[in-house]
Amino acid sequence: MPARKEFLLSAVLDRTDLTTSGPLVPATTLPETDERLARADLRGQIARLERQLGELFASAFPRRGFEWKVGAIGGPRVLSTGELERLRDALAMRLRDVQAELGRQADVEEANRGLLESMIAAPEEHRWVIVSNQDIGEPGCRHWHSRPRWGILGMLMGWWRLRISSGCPLAAGPRPPASVARSL
Amino acid sequence: MSDPPAVDETRPEVGWIAAELQQEFPGLALMQLVVERGSGRSTKEVKERLKLLSDRFSGGQAINMRHQPIPWAYRVFYRHIGLDPDEQRTPVEELALDRMKHGGFRSHNLLDDALTIAIVESGVAVRAFDADRVSGPLGIRPTAAGEQLEGRPGELPPGTLVVADAERPLSLLFGALAQGRGVSPKTKRTLLIAIQVGGVPAIAVEEALWLAASVLRG
Repeated sequence: MPARKEFLLSAVLDRTDLTTSGPLVPATTLPETDERLARADLRGQIARLERQLGELFASAFPRRGFEWKVGAIGGPRVLSTGELERLRDALAMRLRDVQAELGRQADVEEANRGLLESMIAAPEEHRWVIVSNQDIGEPGCRHWHSRPRWGILGMLMGWWRLRISSGCPLAAGPRPPASVARSL
Repeated sequence: MSDPPAVDETRPEVGWIAAELQQEFPGLALMQLVVERGSGRSTKEVKERLKLLSDRFSGGQAINMRHQPIPWAYRVFYRHIGLDPDEQRTPVEELALDRMKHGGFRSHNLLDDALTIAIVESGVAVRAFDADRVSGPLGIRPTAAGEQLEGRPGELPPGTLVVADAERPLSLLFGALAQGRGVSPKTKRTLLIAIQVGGVPAIAVEEALWLAASVLRG
């Protein structure tokens, strides 16, 4: 249809709002399917990082001092490729930070376990030193305390021993007064 | 008042998912089931069941929850839609945290207790609406410009993922409910919905709905 083609061409030529400074062809963009594949791939990476973080969370317990939050991008909505990349990078960074912190704490715990062994072998060489379960990365409230037998006499005589605490307080709290216990 | 949703009480019905979301999240699905009753006081049996569930649910389970398949799938999906599951907890993690804080799953009312049992047993996200206050089967879609949640100030940003009926958004996906669409003391019929995400087997979703419905029916 030559008449229609001429009409369209003249319509474009007559337009004054078109400038020659911009590109005459549209900027190259990835086809939508490629974008979707890229997002699917990023979602897979995020899923794997989340699994690793979850495993680390379980193995880090009962240690404290870790930051697990990554921060919300803002939703609920479909995230763009750029946002998914940002999230992936943030998760990877969080994972690296937690691994580094866990490694640092593991070194300290290893040193504390060594200290505990030497306290058991020679309590007099570690006077008044306390090592708790938390110091060696174990759950519970137990602690080992190097202290003299028979108080000041043991201190003067050098009779040191390692005392092990009896553990956590009872979950039910302190024992009720005798009058209350009788009424129960 | 709108027409009751066309769902069968005996078996869950699959809800609709907007086409663009199906392409982005192939595992995303919504299943729904109507129960011909509202909430009310929890029975002694339900409270006993919650207590048994509390005894079975230990701290170790809560710690290891993040890398169990179903809770992990919800955490991942939260990430995929821009939520941080450590700030806005997934339903099962929220209940686990509540269990740890209070030493047990607390009883609130029959519907909440039914949802607690279903979520903790299955790990699946289940929630409830007043079946007589929704119009047609529910689904998940992004919002258009100018839409809002009833009773909430301001418009929702376009593209916000919502659970919606044929007419309006009923709640944010895993978030706030529109006013007047949830279950109230006046509710006569309850619409239970379960949101399935990639990695969650359909059988777990059906089990979650069946569990919640069976507790509600008594």
